[in-house]
Amino acid sequence: MPETVEETIGNAKKMTIICTKGSLDWAYPPFILGTTAAAMDVEVTMFFTFYGLELLKEKLNLQVTPLGNPAMSMPMGGMHMSMPNIVGMVPGVTAGASIMMKNLIKKKGVASIEELREAAVLSDVRMIACQMTLDLFELDKKDMIDEIEIGGAATWMESALQSDINLYM
Amino acid sequence: MADETLDAKGLNCPLPILKAKKSLKGMSDGQTLEVLSTDPGSIADFQAFCRTTGNELLEHSVDGDIYKFLIKRVV
Repeated sequence: MPETVEETIGNAKKMTIICTKGSLDWAYPPFILGTTAAAMDVEVTMFFTFYGLELLKEKLNLQVTPLGNPAMSMPMGGMHMSMPNIVGMVPGVTAGASIMMKNLIKKKGVASIEELREAAVLSDVRMIACQMTLDLFELDKKDMIDEIEIGGAATWMESALQSDINLYM
Repeated sequence: MADETLDAKGLNCPLPILKAKKSLKGMSDGQTLEVLSTDPGSIADFQAFCRTTGNELLEHSVDGDIYKFLIKRVV
């Protein structure tokens, strides 16, 4: 058994995840794996860049779109419904699909992204927002949750080189 | 009889694991946690969780739609 905090940290397995997507569906894989890894005593670093920055906003309004996603078929009254692109383009369809998915998430006892992100914060997952993409999209750290750090490629590289698992999502 | 019981019925992956970890954190070495779950994926997941974290899975069983796990906290 490790004697000191330093030893514990030194022995822990490490993982990094680069989070590049900001839609409701793609928010799940990084947060599920990040929180589960942390629960299994892995030291986790999540690096948020491009649309992934959306996941750090204080107030989340994540959407899912059937447009350009032929694999998205939603269960509906025992059947599965998918949507031709031309229908997906109609205003309101993305909002409707997002509401549908959020209802399904609730009904099936799946965690919300807010819940998973809170779990990540509580289990000391390190969350880094990419400085360059914050500038690029004129995003303000003030609109993000407090628990984030700001960093760049070298910041990620440093933890990636010390990690056992590095994932890009 | 377990020292603590966690009712994770109706919750889906990864919530039963996250909640179990939270409960175990507040317990002391050697205490036992009983987890109740309805997620079929939790059978494989609790075994993997215990193998990886060193906590001991004393027993697991199925009672109708409910999966029961008895975990001993090992610090």
